[in-house]
Amino acid sequence: MKYEAVIGLEVHVQIKTHSKMFTRVAAGYGHKPNTLTDPVVLALPGVLPVMNKAALDAIIKAGLMLNSGIAPVSKWDRKNYFYPDSTKNYQISQYDQPICLGGFVEIELPGSARNVMGEHKKIPLTRIHLEEDVGKLTHFASESLVDYNRAGTPLMEIVSEPAMHTADEAFAYLTSLRAAMVYGGISDCDMEKGQLRCDANISIRPVGETKLGTKVELKNLNSISFVRDGIAHEIKRQIAAVESGGTIVQETRQYDGEAGVSTSMRSKEMAHDYRYFPDPDLMPVKVDDAWKARLQAECPELPFEKQRRFIEQYQVPYTITSVVVWDRELADFFEEAAKLSGKPQAAGNWIVNDLLRELGTAKQVLAESKVRPAHVAELVKLVDAGTLLNNSAKEVFIDMFSTGELPSVISDRKGLKAAPTDLGELEQWCRDAIAANAKALAEFKTGKDSAINAFKGPVMKAAKGKANPKAVDETLRKLLAQM
Amino acid sequence: MSSDLTFKSIAELAVLLEAKKLSSVELTQATIARTKAVEARVKAFNSFDETDALAQAAASDARRTAGQARGPLEGIPVGLKDVISVAGQPLTASSKMLVNFVSPYDATVTRKLKHAGAVLWGRLNLDEFAMGSSTENSAFHTTRNPWDLTRVPGGSSGGSAAALAAGEASMTLGSDTGGSIRQPAALCGVVGFKPSYGLISRYGLIAFASSLDQIGPFTRTVEDAAITLSVIAGHDPLDSTSFKTELPDYRAELGRRNGPWRLGIPKEYFGEGLDPEVAAAVQAAVEHYKKLGCEIKEVSLPHTKYCLDTYYIIATAEASSNLARYDGIRYGHRSKDAKDAIDIYFKSRAEGFGAEVKRRIILGTYVLSSGYYDAYYLRAQKVRTLIRQDFLNAYKEVDALLTPTTPTPAFKIGEKADPLAMYLCDVYTIGVNLAGLPGLSLPCGFSKSGLPIGLQVIGQPFKEAELLSIARAYEQAHDWHLRHPNLL
Amino acid sequence: MSDLTDLNIDRVANLARLALTPEEKTKFAAQLGDVLLHIEQLGKVDVTGVEPTAHAFPIYNVWADDVAQAGLPVEAALQNAPAQRNHMIAVPKVIE
Ligand SMILES: [Mg+2]
Ligand SMILES: [Zn+2]
Repeated sequence: MKYEAVIGLEVHVQIKTHSKMFTRVAAGYGHKPNTLTDPVVLALPGVLPVMNKAALDAIIKAGLMLNSGIAPVSKWDRKNYFYPDSTKNYQISQYDQPICLGGFVEIELPGSARNVMGEHKKIPLTRIHLEEDVGKLTHFASESLVDYNRAGTPLMEIVSEPAMHTADEAFAYLTSLRAAMVYGGISDCDMEKGQLRCDANISIRPVGETKLGTKVELKNLNSISFVRDGIAHEIKRQIAAVESGGTIVQETRQYDGEAGVSTSMRSKEMAHDYRYFPDPDLMPVKVDDAWKARLQAECPELPFEKQRRFIEQYQVPYTITSVVVWDRELADFFEEAAKLSGKPQAAGNWIVNDLLRELGTAKQVLAESKVRPAHVAELVKLVDAGTLLNNSAKEVFIDMFSTGELPSVISDRKGLKAAPTDLGELEQWCRDAIAANAKALAEFKTGKDSAINAFKGPVMKAAKGKANPKAVDETLRKLLAQM
Repeated sequence: MSSDLTFKSIAELAVLLEAKKLSSVELTQATIARTKAVEARVKAFNSFDETDALAQAAASDARRTAGQARGPLEGIPVGLKDVISVAGQPLTASSKMLVNFVSPYDATVTRKLKHAGAVLWGRLNLDEFAMGSSTENSAFHTTRNPWDLTRVPGGSSGGSAAALAAGEASMTLGSDTGGSIRQPAALCGVVGFKPSYGLISRYGLIAFASSLDQIGPFTRTVEDAAITLSVIAGHDPLDSTSFKTELPDYRAELGRRNGPWRLGIPKEYFGEGLDPEVAAAVQAAVEHYKKLGCEIKEVSLPHTKYCLDTYYIIATAEASSNLARYDGIRYGHRSKDAKDAIDIYFKSRAEGFGAEVKRRIILGTYVLSSGYYDAYYLRAQKVRTLIRQDFLNAYKEVDALLTPTTPTPAFKIGEKADPLAMYLCDVYTIGVNLAGLPGLSLPCGFSKSGLPIGLQVIGQPFKEAELLSIARAYEQAHDWHLRHPNLL
Repeated sequence: MSDLTDLNIDRVANLARLALTPEEKTKFAAQLGDVLLHIEQLGKVDVTGVEPTAHAFPIYNVWADDVAQAGLPVEAALQNAPAQRNHMIAVPKVIE
């Protein structure tokens, strides 16, 4: 029998704010333990929460970017459960009235080849709600230590519908979602820092069946490649279990990406009963049209929208757009270089091939690069004008990457510009070359156009390799026509 | 002389202090002396620090000498219920759970009292985590009613009421979730005032039931309540439920409002279970208002009989969640017998909480649990809407309501062993919390056996000035508030 | 609602993380049974079309601007901790 998997993802994204979700102590990563706390974070007796306006702006903006409906009124609920990483032993979250409902994430599946665009799909979202992060536990042989620096950090939970069927789809979903959040300035989504965390609900069913199978919750998918590997592994595990006559148990499993195995987490002694109820310490949120409109105006063009526009507006191939659109800065860089140079594809090639390679070698990010769009544009123009030959241009690029000087300055300094500027001298070299090769002249005259190449070598030699090939070609043709 | 001084009102003391006929150090010394003389019998305090209080008093005197006195509370010794946070001081909620806890921050009311120059004097006993109506649920000791030491002072703010009644402070603060200020005020013969929900910041008040809790003062007179309210009321950005509203000078308003008022008598508050002596005293008060020219009208609050049940569902549900933080992990009692981290929860909470707290946590957890939420919690929230609507309907016809504060005067220690019987003590005070209204209890007589009786005046939302004026009109013509228990 | 008043004290105590003695369980179950019986009368109230009240005076959008302020020094944060190590709260090992 053939099986299909059904996958839904719950993604937690930390919102990039200065202060925490419900109190104004600083939020941050990498600080000394328990230095980002205050009475509210520690849930000392008597404290009260006050919501962070910036976090509300961020989730509404995220919702608008992901095509969600924004609830006119949403409220806060307490999710009650005990755990040492929680200071109140309840999490302030949103239960039946989240801020964002519905929406979708556009994804692209792998194409038939690397340079071919794959199929696009829209993965529907159930909801996005706002809540607070918990502290961090570190386990040792006999004790666990708790650091509450992370506790109270604003957290967005983005819940997809169970609408994905392969690990590739889940991977594409996460890639697209992450890019959107980074584009919108909502989060840096650094998975190593826990700024984006993913749990997957996975079940399988025979192809053609419409009912959902028993789902397994896969936790701790803490890198984007573990998400793909972990889900693929879980699908295989479930199919193998069913095919060998077993059944799937509803459970939570933890994926170990290093070892490539998943293990069942000890099931809690009873089914979860979070006893949600409206948090009496917080007032509801009302979002009006003006607020939405203000944030809508801040929403950036998303990668796939950008890609469609680049292809249309600049006539650039997929090999370029599929690289540049995933990084907002790189896309902007490309667009500026494309406009300045007037040759989008040539500019794109320099960026995708040379700039990214040099950045990688130098372990730099784009913001640190001394090469700016104006450099690329000038380089494109020099090559196009025949002033720089390909090999020289490559040399200029490497030089400008380390010095930040403009290509014209570098090629002057290094004497790389195609010579001569004195057309009289060039014409003389061309006359000499034609005169020295009567056979080629005869062949050319009988219509063999490629015979012209036989003259070019001697001209280049006379020019010590610095003649402009276009000028050489033009001059030869002019002279040959007169003969 | 010294006990004379400790029974004076804030208004009287402020005049003496201002005229430099009295220093804050002298007043504080008198308060300390009085406390030492009677505290062994009353047991109103959980802790106090003489040296610290005298240092605050000296600082107050120095400010006054320098011409920097900060208003009517400058130099006045005040006591705080032991659920209000003071930086650097113990905060116990009368629970074993917090027996060694020292708070690192000030509650907003604490900050305001300090700013007003008050001398913070001692932490007052209560029913553990404010759950109870007698202070018998304190993990430390039962506070006695100063009028009869074999009786309870009421609760949960029993320590605050008893300390004021016994002359151990000139003003005290309590908190009121279902009557915890008004009921002990009635039983101890003092003024107890719970303002509208949201008028006073809850930041730094240990939460019992967040949607009902409100801080308020115990004072000797209605005027003192007005003086105190002006100091502690006002919007607080640290409390999202705190209300932005115009704050009048409550004391000045007392002189400007003379009625006559339209006063409602809710018939449901005068039925079965009301002690005849209490009924008679309240009836006499009603007659007095009639004489003042007030229009007295019988009104109906038809959902009154559901108040108690609604309250016990909402309050225990919120409490079950509010008290989850007391787990022995970051602070508070941690069991020595815990086998592992999760066991810390079970054992620390079992050892740290008393019976009533456990009972309410169980009830609150149950009513929120899966399958029961709609039938209990959601339904209670809807009935709460109806209860609130009853009051708002009544206020279309009247300016305020007059009721007994409690069904009976102070009862004997140990008399109400059954939780349900104890819960019924709050039957006249709970509706006010559910509707978020201001309510004030003031003395309106004594029983034949010499126990105080309280009259409750229930006002309209955020119309505290009106409510205080109505209460003042009665108080000015009576001298109940000038009687003091003889403890020496 | 009488079919609802089937208070399973073990289940609820477990949810509330309270270790109760057998005596407490018996006593609380009886006492709370009485309270729940009393509460049953709420079932008689007609609440059709009635909105629930979560706040006596609901207001909306009570928030603060995202400006970071100083918190507690770590010593003050941990001053009441029953056990600590390396500026962290210590608990016996948590078994996941
Ligand atoms: Mg979730
Ligand atoms: Zn979540």
